[in-house]
Amino acid sequence: MSSETQKILTTDGVPLEVSLKKAEKRNKIKAFLLVAPLLLFLLITYIFPIAEMFTRSIDDRMVTNMLPKTFKSMEKWDGKELPSEEIFKSFYEDYKVLVEKKEHGKLGQRLNKEKNGFNSILKRLFRKISRNKIDESASIKEQIIGIHRHYSNVDYWRAIKRTAPPYTMNKYLKGMDMFLNEDGNITQVEEDRRIHRILWLRTLEIALFVTIFCFLMGYPIAHLLATLPMKYSNLLMICVLLPFWTSLLVRTASWMILLQQQGLVNDFFVLIGLVSDDNRPEMMYNKVGTYVAMTQILLPFMVLPLYSVMKTISPSLVRAGKSLGGTPFTAFWKIYFPLTIPGIGAGCLLVFILAIGYYITPALVGGASGTLISNQIAYHMKTTLDWSFASAMGLMLLTGVMVVYWIYNKLVGVDNIKLG
Amino acid sequence: MALPKYTETRYRIWHYFYISLCTFVFFFLIAPLFVIFPLSFNAEEFLVFSEGMKKLDPDAFSLRWYEEMIYGTKNPWGLAAKNSFIIAIFATIGSIILGTLAALGLSSRHMPYKGIIMATLISPMIVPLIISGVAIFFFMAKAGLAATHTGIIFAHIVLGTPFVVITVTATLSGFDHSVTRAASSLGSHPVNTFMKITLPLILPGVISGGLFAFVTSFDEVVVVLFLAGLDNTTIPVQMWTGLREQLSPTILAVATCLIVLSTLILVTAELLRRRSERLRGINR
Repeated sequence: MSSETQKILTTDGVPLEVSLKKAEKRNKIKAFLLVAPLLLFLLITYIFPIAEMFTRSIDDRMVTNMLPKTFKSMEKWDGKELPSEEIFKSFYEDYKVLVEKKEHGKLGQRLNKEKNGFNSILKRLFRKISRNKIDESASIKEQIIGIHRHYSNVDYWRAIKRTAPPYTMNKYLKGMDMFLNEDGNITQVEEDRRIHRILWLRTLEIALFVTIFCFLMGYPIAHLLATLPMKYSNLLMICVLLPFWTSLLVRTASWMILLQQQGLVNDFFVLIGLVSDDNRPEMMYNKVGTYVAMTQILLPFMVLPLYSVMKTISPSLVRAGKSLGGTPFTAFWKIYFPLTIPGIGAGCLLVFILAIGYYITPALVGGASGTLISNQIAYHMKTTLDWSFASAMGLMLLTGVMVVYWIYNKLVGVDNIKLG
Repeated sequence: MALPKYTETRYRIWHYFYISLCTFVFFFLIAPLFVIFPLSFNAEEFLVFSEGMKKLDPDAFSLRWYEEMIYGTKNPWGLAAKNSFIIAIFATIGSIILGTLAALGLSSRHMPYKGIIMATLISPMIVPLIISGVAIFFFMAKAGLAATHTGIIFAHIVLGTPFVVITVTATLSGFDHSVTRAASSLGSHPVNTFMKITLPLILPGVISGGLFAFVTSFDEVVVVLFLAGLDNTTIPVQMWTGLREQLSPTILAVATCLIVLSTLILVTAELLRRRSERLRGINR
C-alpha cells in the first residue's frame, strides 16, 4: 500500500535530490563570483555613469531649487490672470535670498531662455532690492509692477511656472531641432536653423554608404581569400590584418597625405589626364575624404566575419550546382550567396555600428561637411560645456546603436563575434 | 585560379573583372600604409614627394625627422611614448585579469543569466566611443581621477576587457573539461588546477586577447582626449593635435614606428592563433 517512492540517499544520508541541488547552487555561485569583479567594475565605472547621463540630460532642478516658495504658492494659480499678492510676495522673498547668495544672475539667464526680456526686468528688480527701495509692509505686487510694466504681463509669470518641474525634455527636443513654445506645444525651429537634423541625416547617410561600400569591396576579397589555397590566402590575409592592427590615426594620416591637393591620388589623376594640373580637385575636407578613409578603415571589420563564414562553405556545393546544369552565376546566386547571409549580416551590422559613432576620421578629413553627430557631442562637451545637451544627444545616438546591437544579437549572437 | 579551357567568353571576362576588382581592393587596403615610409625620410619639410625623391636622389632623403622625434627640443613624443606604454601595459594587465576570470565564469554551464551578462560585458565594444568617453569622464571627474594616469588606465580597462572576454571564451569553447576533472579527482586544489592545467591550455587565447587590449589602449584617443591633462598626453593624442594643427613630417616618423610595432603585433597574434588552433585540434 505504500505509495511513497523510495528516496535515493547519498552516503551522508541526505536525499540525492537535495544534495544535487546544493551542488548545483554552489556551482552557480562559483561561476557568478568569477564574473562578479568585472561586472562590478563595469557597473561602477561605465553602466551607472551612462545612466547618470540620462538624469543629467533631463535635469532641470536649478530654477526649482531657486524659487521654492514661488512654486509652492503658484500650485493653485491657473495661469490665466495676473498672479495674486501672495505669489508676488513669495517671488520677492525667493529673489531676495538669491540676491544675498549672489545667484540672481543665473536665474535671469535661465528665465531669459524661457521668455525674452526677462533678464532685463529682473535686473531692475535687483537694483531696487540692493538699494533697499522696496517697502515690505506695503503691497509687494504693486511695487513690483511699478518697476516695469512687463511684470503685469501674464506671459512672464507663465514662463516662471513652466520652469517649475524638476525635469525637462527640452534637450531632447533641441537635439531634434524642436522646442516647447509658450503654450507648451512642441514646435519646430525655423527652417534655416535646423542644424541637428542635418547632422543626424548626414551621420546616417555616411554610415549607410560606408557599409554599402565596405560590403561591395569586402565580399569579393573575402570570397577570394576563402577559396584560394592556404599558402596564397595567408599572404593576402596580411593585407587585411595589417591595416586592422595599425593605429587609426596612422591610417587617417596616410589618407590626409594621399588625398591632399598635391597628393599622390591627384598626381595620378593628372598623369592619366583625368584632370589638368592647375585644376586639381579638392578631395579632402569634404564628404569624399570621409567616405574613402572610413571605407578603408572599416573594411577589415567587414572582411573578417565574411571570411569566417565563407570558410565553412564547402566548395563542392557550388560544384554540385554547376554539374546539375546551373550556370556559374545561378550556382553562385542560388547556392553560395544564401549561405553567406549570416556573414553579411554580421559584417554589415558591425561596420554600421562602428561607422555611426565615428569621430576621429571625420573630424580630420571631413572638414565642415564631414562633421557627424559625434563631433557635435564632443563640441558641446568641450567648447560650449552644455553637458546636459551632450548627454541627451549621446543617449539619442546610443538608443539607435542599441537597436542595431539588439538586431545583431538576435541574428548573430554576441558570443559568436570572432576576432582575427 | 586558372580557368578551364571550355569557359565561355562572358565568364572569362567576368572572371578577369573579379580578379582585377580584388587586386584593386587589396591595393586600396594596404597601399596607404606604404606611403608613410618614404615620406618619413623626406629631407624637406613638406608632406609631398619632392622632385629629388622621385628621382631617388640620396640627398633628398634624410633621417632628420627621426632625430627630431627623439632629440628635438620641447618635443612631446618622449613623454607621450612613456605615458602610452605605461597606460597600455597596466590597462592590459587589468583587462587580462578581469576578462579571463569573467570568461571562466561565463564558460561554465552553471552560469545564470548568461546572455544578458555577456551583452553587458561586451557593451563597451559596441557603444560608440564618444558616449563611453562622456560617461567615463563624468565618473572620473566625480571620483577625482580626471587627468590622472589611474583614471585613463581604468577607462582603458573598460574598453579592453571585451576583447579578452571574447577571445578567452572562444578558446574555452573548445576546452576539454575532463582534464580539469581528472586533476581534481587526483586531489589537486582548484587554484593549482587552474595554474597548472587550464591556464597553459588557454594561454594563447589570453595573450591574443591581451594584444587586442594593448592595441586598443595604445591606439585610443577619444576617451583620452576627455580625460587627459597636460601630463597625461599619449602618442595618439599628440598625433591628433599634430594632424589638426601643424602637419609636420615628425608625425610620419612616429607613424612609421607605429606601423613597425603593429606589424610585430600582427605576427605575434597570427602565430598565437595558429598555435591555439593546433592545441585545440582544429586543423583547417
